[in-house]
Amino acid sequence: MNEQNIFIVRCGEVALKGMNKPYFERMLVDRIRSNVKGLGNVDVKRQEGLIFVRADKDVDTDILVRQIAKVFGVASISPAVEAPSNLDDIGEEAVKYMMNLIETKGVKTFKVEAKRADKNFPVKSPDIGRIIGAKVLIGCKVLKVDVHNPDVLLYVDVRADRSYIYQDKIAGFGGLPLGTNGKGMVLLSGGIDSPVAAWMMAKRGMVIEAVHFHSYPYTSQRAQEKVEDLARIVASYCGNFKMHVVNLLPIQEQIVQNCPEEETTILVRRFMMRIAERIAENNKAMMLITGENLGQVASQTAEALVVTDNVVKMPVMRPLIAMDKIDIMDKAQEIGTFETSIQPYEDCCTVFLPKHPTTKPKLARIEESESKLDVEGLVAAAVAAEEIVQIRQK
Amino acid sequence: MFVYLDNSATTRQYDQVTLEMKQAMEDLYGNPSSLHSLGLASEKRVRAARQHLAESLGAREDEIIFTSCGTESDNTALYGIAHAKRREGKKIITSKVEHPAVLEACKVLEKEGYNIEYIGVDDKCRLDMNQLKAAIDDETILISIMAVNNETGTIMPIQEIAKMKGKAVFHTDAVQAYGKIDLKHTGADLISVSAHKIHGPKGMGALYVKKGINLPAYLVGGGQERHMRSGTENVPGIVGFDAACQIAIPNLNERVAKMAEVRDYLKRGIEDQIKDIKVNSPDDGAASVLNISFMGTRGEVLLHTLEQDNIFVSTGSACSSNKKGRSHVLAAMGLKDKEIEGAIRFSFSEANTIEEMDYVLDKVNAAVTRFRRLGSFR
Repeated sequence: MNEQNIFIVRCGEVALKGMNKPYFERMLVDRIRSNVKGLGNVDVKRQEGLIFVRADKDVDTDILVRQIAKVFGVASISPAVEAPSNLDDIGEEAVKYMMNLIETKGVKTFKVEAKRADKNFPVKSPDIGRIIGAKVLIGCKVLKVDVHNPDVLLYVDVRADRSYIYQDKIAGFGGLPLGTNGKGMVLLSGGIDSPVAAWMMAKRGMVIEAVHFHSYPYTSQRAQEKVEDLARIVASYCGNFKMHVVNLLPIQEQIVQNCPEEETTILVRRFMMRIAERIAENNKAMMLITGENLGQVASQTAEALVVTDNVVKMPVMRPLIAMDKIDIMDKAQEIGTFETSIQPYEDCCTVFLPKHPTTKPKLARIEESESKLDVEGLVAAAVAAEEIVQIRQK
Repeated sequence: MFVYLDNSATTRQYDQVTLEMKQAMEDLYGNPSSLHSLGLASEKRVRAARQHLAESLGAREDEIIFTSCGTESDNTALYGIAHAKRREGKKIITSKVEHPAVLEACKVLEKEGYNIEYIGVDDKCRLDMNQLKAAIDDETILISIMAVNNETGTIMPIQEIAKMKGKAVFHTDAVQAYGKIDLKHTGADLISVSAHKIHGPKGMGALYVKKGINLPAYLVGGGQERHMRSGTENVPGIVGFDAACQIAIPNLNERVAKMAEVRDYLKRGIEDQIKDIKVNSPDDGAASVLNISFMGTRGEVLLHTLEQDNIFVSTGSACSSNKKGRSHVLAAMGLKDKEIEGAIRFSFSEANTIEEMDYVLDKVNAAVTRFRRLGSFR
């Protein structure tokens, strides 16, 4: 048996990126290295278009695979065994590999699927398959070949120096390595949607920074603790990031006292966008990211989005815009933010929520209401008073 | 200024308590069950503490069981008596305004097949004694009524209940009463108390079990606490409980007088200066608690506003957007939703001062005014 556990990591789209390929792969290797840090002696290397992770036997395999799968850009992972590239050694390892599966899983049938990455290897792929299959049949007497519906589909990957034997392909999330697509500023609320939105953009290689709005003392400090918990889960995929925390209460107070009640939500929303854009500019982010979802609430109708969008020049990424709520919830479950999102703090103080919020706001009217406020002064004051929390991945 | 007014949630430890506990942690590390002299030293100290605690409840040394908290004392009493007397009847009487440690235990017993009758209260949380009288019958095996309500400070007529209990066993959760009213002559068969409400350590409670009451063990094992509650004694906790008890109980009258002074001062001030309020605590309640609804506000927001001024209080409603967080006590008193929403509990210790109350009054007034101005459209 091999002295170390070996994992073949395949990059998805990364492989398609032509000239940038080495750059993307290097980013990917860096991200995998940082995600497996602390698990023990783990070596991550690029080699012949694949990434090989070799870990000492005492490293927990399940955790290791999970940590690798969390890296965006990873298409799939296969635990593999290694043999010198000649048919006798490969055959011997294949027999051992199958014997183990017979003992632990009660496997009865198999099929070999071989390929040679090294075209100088003297035997062609179908022949490699046949030869290794014969060796396995002789070595493991209880096994039969089943080409249509085998219990185990045994892959044999013959390369110049070493060859690899594996069966499972554990799916990763795909996407692109972090840091290959600029920086976005996500408006992180503590609900179900915005962490998913951040995650989806990070999956496309975007570096994430966050801004969180609260209304303390109208919201509690525990609500912010919850957002930090959520942010840490997001960070486990996209690395450590800064979260800018802004108290909206002074602005909400002005709005409540000076503007029509039904416009409260949309007015607050516009201020959030302005402040987020300002903070994005200050921190070299090029886009805003929100968890908005068409029609979900009053401030997310088509009309409301038009009015909200109108206050910022930066592009606003809304990756959830056309998803159904149920699908967003499933995604939140999958990435592990759901349980934290549904803790009951976020909507605790809905004191500024109007009874009948306007769902079809008119830009002209909203702008007229805003004219009663010192918009620039309020935004500048809010940005100046921001607090910064460093979010570190769990 | 820093004003702690959440003494019904927990209290700051007396310095003397911390001092004696530290000493006990350093020196009294012997296991009271050990045969050697180090064990004996711990055993003697635990025994002295038990003696003092017994005196504070007008009890004998062998009537006190040390527990880990008020909840454990309540659970032990309810489960123990219900199970021991299950052949004599299935009826248990309690009130609608008990602490969850009692109410949740009753729910469990209800699932086991016991009939629980919940006695109601009036708008000041006073027990409906007519309902109680009518409820007690031959089937009744256990009555559990708290001595002082934790949210309003209402004092329940424990002695009277003890006289009319019939053949039932009478348990009282006196966690909020201990150190606030005299508990030497309650007539109760079981009394739950807790150390951290009288400036003692957290994680330390006791249960008084009148001699002759048959209570099965809740925790079994090494046979400590006369086989009633196994587990190695929490020696530093017991020492801390003792230290707190020896300050709080002998000085009860002076302490209560001080609490009453600040409570009455704050209450008068709020009544004079803030419109549209409702005092939920009765005038003759325990001096430690003052519960007031500020109409048109939200208790939680007031709480967070006041914490910015270093004033610490508690609310009648945790989260106003869902009913779950609402106080079952205030609801049982028949308060309207908006009265529950705006309820604040101030709870006092003898360390609070009139100067503090002036500061609190000022800040509460400002917080209420601010909220009412902003929240007016709701």
